[in-house]
Amino acid sequence: MHDSRRLVLAHLWVAFGAMAIAAVLGVWQMYQRSPLAAWLSNPELYYRAVTAHGTVLAYVFPTLFAMGFGYAVATSSLDQPLGSLRRWAWTGFALLLLGAVVAAITIATGHASVLYTFYPPMTAHPAYYVGVVLVVVGSWVWCALMVIAFARFKRAHPGEKVPLAMYGTVANALLWAWTSIGAAAEVLLIVLPASLGLNPVLDAGLSRVLFSWTLHAIVYFWLLPAYVAFYTLLPAAAGGRLYSDRMGRLVFALFLVFSMPIGIHHLFADPQVGSGFKFLHAIFTGMVVIPTLLTVFTITASLEIAGRLRGGGGLFGWIVALPWRRPMMLAGGLAFVMLAFGGAGGLINMSYALNSSVHNTQWVTAHFHLIFGGSAVIMYFAVAYELWPRLTGRPLLSPRLAWWQLMLWFVGMMVLSMPWHVTGIMGQPRRMAYFDYGHPALAQMAPLVIVSFIGALILLVSVALLLIVLWRTHRQPRSELVVPPLGYALAVDRDRPVPRALNGLGVWATMMVLLTVVNYAYPIALYFTAQGSEVRAQRADGGN
Amino acid sequence: MALTPDTHERAIALSHMLERRWGIAMGGIVVLLFAVIVYTALHYRSHPPSSVEPMDSARLQFSGEFTEANLGTRTEADGSVTVRLVAHQYTFAPNCLLIPTDTPVRLRAVSGDVIHGLLVLGTNVNTMVVPGYVATVTTTFTKAGEHLMPCHEYCGPGHQGMWAHVHVIDRNDFPFQEARRRSVSCAR
Repeated sequence: MHDSRRLVLAHLWVAFGAMAIAAVLGVWQMYQRSPLAAWLSNPELYYRAVTAHGTVLAYVFPTLFAMGFGYAVATSSLDQPLGSLRRWAWTGFALLLLGAVVAAITIATGHASVLYTFYPPMTAHPAYYVGVVLVVVGSWVWCALMVIAFARFKRAHPGEKVPLAMYGTVANALLWAWTSIGAAAEVLLIVLPASLGLNPVLDAGLSRVLFSWTLHAIVYFWLLPAYVAFYTLLPAAAGGRLYSDRMGRLVFALFLVFSMPIGIHHLFADPQVGSGFKFLHAIFTGMVVIPTLLTVFTITASLEIAGRLRGGGGLFGWIVALPWRRPMMLAGGLAFVMLAFGGAGGLINMSYALNSSVHNTQWVTAHFHLIFGGSAVIMYFAVAYELWPRLTGRPLLSPRLAWWQLMLWFVGMMVLSMPWHVTGIMGQPRRMAYFDYGHPALAQMAPLVIVSFIGALILLVSVALLLIVLWRTHRQPRSELVVPPLGYALAVDRDRPVPRALNGLGVWATMMVLLTVVNYAYPIALYFTAQGSEVRAQRADGGN
Repeated sequence: MALTPDTHERAIALSHMLERRWGIAMGGIVVLLFAVIVYTALHYRSHPPSSVEPMDSARLQFSGEFTEANLGTRTEADGSVTVRLVAHQYTFAPNCLLIPTDTPVRLRAVSGDVIHGLLVLGTNVNTMVVPGYVATVTTTFTKAGEHLMPCHEYCGPGHQGMWAHVHVIDRNDFPFQEARRRSVSCAR
């Protein structure tokens, strides 16, 4: 990994460390919501914890992981050092760290208990927004560096295929650079001025539309590193071949195009957006299902190749023959199961009319915990287990413990989220400090909430195991063993040339921008025809 | 097993066929989803609340539709009812809605401060209440009964206490005549 080992380790250690803190808060929140705890005398503490949990797990943890993994991919798959770019990479990391610390202090002192979604007129202390903006600016440095490394490779290797892992990583960098603009504009033009008292009158509807620009595609920014692992690391760990390199490229290109013009499906229940654009975004949300369904086929076919090479026969025998003891293999299988449940729940959320039965209930929490916390994050763990020996020069200690860590993560996530689906259908609102389970309508939810709390505890054990495995691997004496370089899967069609459009991202990025304009320009422009819908901002911490 | 060029060709043909079949099946699922969404939207007129109706949230109580006397349930000329309510940190006004069964209901909700939301447990009534806009939901309750109606969007540290009640009563018992003259509710 050339000159990027320390850089990648720094990103991943901070990422997992922050995640561990957020996980502890998550368990506490689940306890407070359950009938086991007495009602909080200061419920603000609950919302403070949700703000911290969400800020870390939505903005800090996945961003650091995507960045660290991106640097690892850029140097190892391209076989190209970062060189002079390294200084910029550390600058981006420092900006992110500074932002995260500023935001964390603001939250911890109770000045930002507004949750991590930016929905004015309620605003936090300006320092919270400054912190989050710094985190995003730090990640923009990474986006630029990924594009530069990609361009350097293409210049140095004219006519050669860009490795799929890098192709997917750069697609993700472009996706994030573009999708983060919505929330960045909202914060810089509306929320931060309001929080500072400079422009206390704002349109809450416009803010929500701008936030939705970021709100959905950010999930794909979290998910795509897992997809890079599905296509390039999982088939290698299984001992097989990637079924189709070309399909992988097409999938990343399609994510770039269809992740963006769909965010208004988060606003189905909003009175300030008309039914036409809601319907349009519902249809495009259906389109974004396609790259996932293509992935299911391609990865399953790749694993079947591996299973049959290992001697598995029959219709399902190849599944049994796969090397399930390997952490990456196990994580891949479990990620697919959670993706299936989370995806099915998501199809209901995005269904224009059906959303009404679950909107803003605990069902939604179950959906994104399965997709992100389950499917994406379990792949983050597996990637860390692949990277750690390469980063530290020491073999993984121990693969068996890592296996149990991944298994507990899966079990914990299922035990946590399945009852949430049920209480969500019963109508339990998400993000609420406590409930009066004495009421007959809520009493039936009580045992289910306790089950979810048990799931949260299992997840906490899994986080502890993760840190133990990574720490012990890092701390052991340097071994004599030579650790082989990171193995990317060979594709069955590796000798087949790819079309120019699938060796670059220009066409797809252009389509992404155009489709965003088509699906967002009108809903945003509406607000500039001033309608008397402005409201006064309100600082949650009593400032201004 | 030696791989002859012939078996290689056949393997490629097989894989292309499988890819095509998967593509058709998955395309079919997506098309079916769209069909269900379009059918339910058009046939049942099942749309999310999308009235796009601006409203000055600072002046709600001074004049117009959302003054205190207007909050609650009113009978319309066509026999349907309109329920008007205001969400505030941390209560709904009125905090107990009285609604007849088997009668078209138009729920109109506004916020006087920050973003709120409401859902009626056991039903599909669910909307955000964004200050500056009127949220309108239309529905018909077919069964008499009591429902809880929590605020479902975080609105400040008192959010967890923001629960209202919905009493759906048999339409024969509902005071339609009285509700022509003044708003009715079960709030105390």
